[in-house]
Amino acid sequence: MRKEVRIAGFGGQGVILAGVILAQAAGAVEGREVAQTQSYGPEARGGAARCDVVISDQRILYPKVRRADVLLAMSGQALAKFGQGLDVVTGKVVVDSTLITEIPEGLPPLYRLPATRLAEEEFKNRIVANMVMLGALARVDDTVAFESLKRAVAENVAPKFRDLNLAAMDRGYQAVEGPGLDSAAGPGKGQRS
Amino acid sequence: MSEDGRTVRIIQGNEATVEGAIAAGCRFFAGYPITPASEIAELMSRRLPRVGGTFLQMEDEIASINAVIGATWGGAKACTASSGPGISLMQEGVGYAAETETPCVIINVMRGGPSTGQPTLSSQQDVYQARYGGHGDFEIIALAPSSAQEAYDLTIKAFNLAEEFRVPVYVLSDEIVGHTRERVVMGGKLEVLERVAPSKDGYKPFAAGPDGLLRGMPAFNDGYRLLVEGQHHDERGIRAGDDIDKSATLVQRLNDKVRQNIDRIVDIERIDLDDAEVAIVCYGSTARPAMEAVQTARSKGIKAGALRLRAIWPFPDAVLSELADHTKTLIVPEMNIGKLVLEVQRTAGGRATVVGLPRLGGALHTPEEIESAIIDAVKGGKAQ
Repeated sequence: MRKEVRIAGFGGQGVILAGVILAQAAGAVEGREVAQTQSYGPEARGGAARCDVVISDQRILYPKVRRADVLLAMSGQALAKFGQGLDVVTGKVVVDSTLITEIPEGLPPLYRLPATRLAEEEFKNRIVANMVMLGALARVDDTVAFESLKRAVAENVAPKFRDLNLAAMDRGYQAVEGPGLDSAAGPGKGQRS
Repeated sequence: MSEDGRTVRIIQGNEATVEGAIAAGCRFFAGYPITPASEIAELMSRRLPRVGGTFLQMEDEIASINAVIGATWGGAKACTASSGPGISLMQEGVGYAAETETPCVIINVMRGGPSTGQPTLSSQQDVYQARYGGHGDFEIIALAPSSAQEAYDLTIKAFNLAEEFRVPVYVLSDEIVGHTRERVVMGGKLEVLERVAPSKDGYKPFAAGPDGLLRGMPAFNDGYRLLVEGQHHDERGIRAGDDIDKSATLVQRLNDKVRQNIDRIVDIERIDLDDAEVAIVCYGSTARPAMEAVQTARSKGIKAGALRLRAIWPFPDAVLSELADHTKTLIVPEMNIGKLVLEVQRTAGGRATVVGLPRLGGALHTPEEIESAIIDAVKGGKAQ
């Protein structure tokens, strides 16, 4: 089964690192086939950036995302650009509600969490908003197990930032709200079936 | 993760290229960073010193290829990597490497051109540049990986071919292959051609065997009498640019040593070709949607197949000619204005219909777009 995840925002938010962690979790930790690609402008910060991850149990030929199953949107521009292509019934969108206040029509039901605000207020570091979003992904979708994401963080993030990133991920897992989510769920239960 | 000494990692094609080069014995890299090839220089700068190698960031790309040529004659297996304008700037050095029969590897992570064009997007616009970029008559070898795994495998192969044929060998990667992170199995038992020092007894550095190839590769400071000369030269390396016969002999051999040994270079993958009426001729990253399109077409009962070229230069004329004899339509998807399709037309010689599927702008063909070309070809065939 092929699953396509798109993480989109602007340069400097760490959307590509988030996708890399997801790809490592699915590929290196869970041993599945992955293809992670990215799109970004010539500038290092500020331009549109997106990271796509295709996960499959079979060899991946076409490596690009055609129609994302899950979109993690970290800017209004990203939501406007990529939200419309999603399947309104089966698609899932997680939005950073700190940065996205206007929700366009025609989207699947939304999952929300104030990722950037949580990163700034609770972790004093805006840069971990990407990990907050990844934690939310593990909660709303069974693409990869939460434990796999944590292992991927431990293996791919510099040691001095490891605990910070893991805590941010836990926070995202807890804080996300949306259809069908049990608000009492604790971290670590998002196992892939 | 390790089994049989092999390591499995999820890495970018560019990283796989570096690991392949080091596994093949590359111990010298000179380059100048440029998107989308920069990761190669970056990783080489970290990896090479740890294996006793040398990394040099040069002032530009012509200096880089020249440093690679110097390092090779100094005894090291060497490579450089660049893209777009950087590869253009190298061309004089590529010709010098061909003339002096210097084994070296040039990794071109293709991006959109001309000029600075599209730094962050992919293309296959440089396939003719690899073949015809330098002035004068000479042959090179070019390999085109489709995945991170092949970026590893074909980089090793590129080093081996460079040593065997004493030519510059291109790895024609592209932004998609270079930047896609996916599974790569590395290490284990690898075929690596070690450099052999020729006998010094009566040694003539440019005296070829009957197959036109030079035997072994000498190095400076090892006691050889070496003259490496960009003008045409005789078997001893002595300048002979004014000698009509010697010049003709040398240039003929520089071409023939690759052309006449093409059977040792051809590297193709045949996919469902046995009964195929429509065949996709593909290479590099466009081969991936092409192969998916073939799978989908087959699942609908359409007799489609694919011929994937892992070595695009020298062009495998005989393979294409044979394919044209057994196939009604050949479709050639490329991320350029339509280039290798001309080679396919030439070799098909009117015996099969050749359809180009060029794409500009930097986006990969979708499998659906290639599949609809297959369906059009099948319908067209029935209407005739």
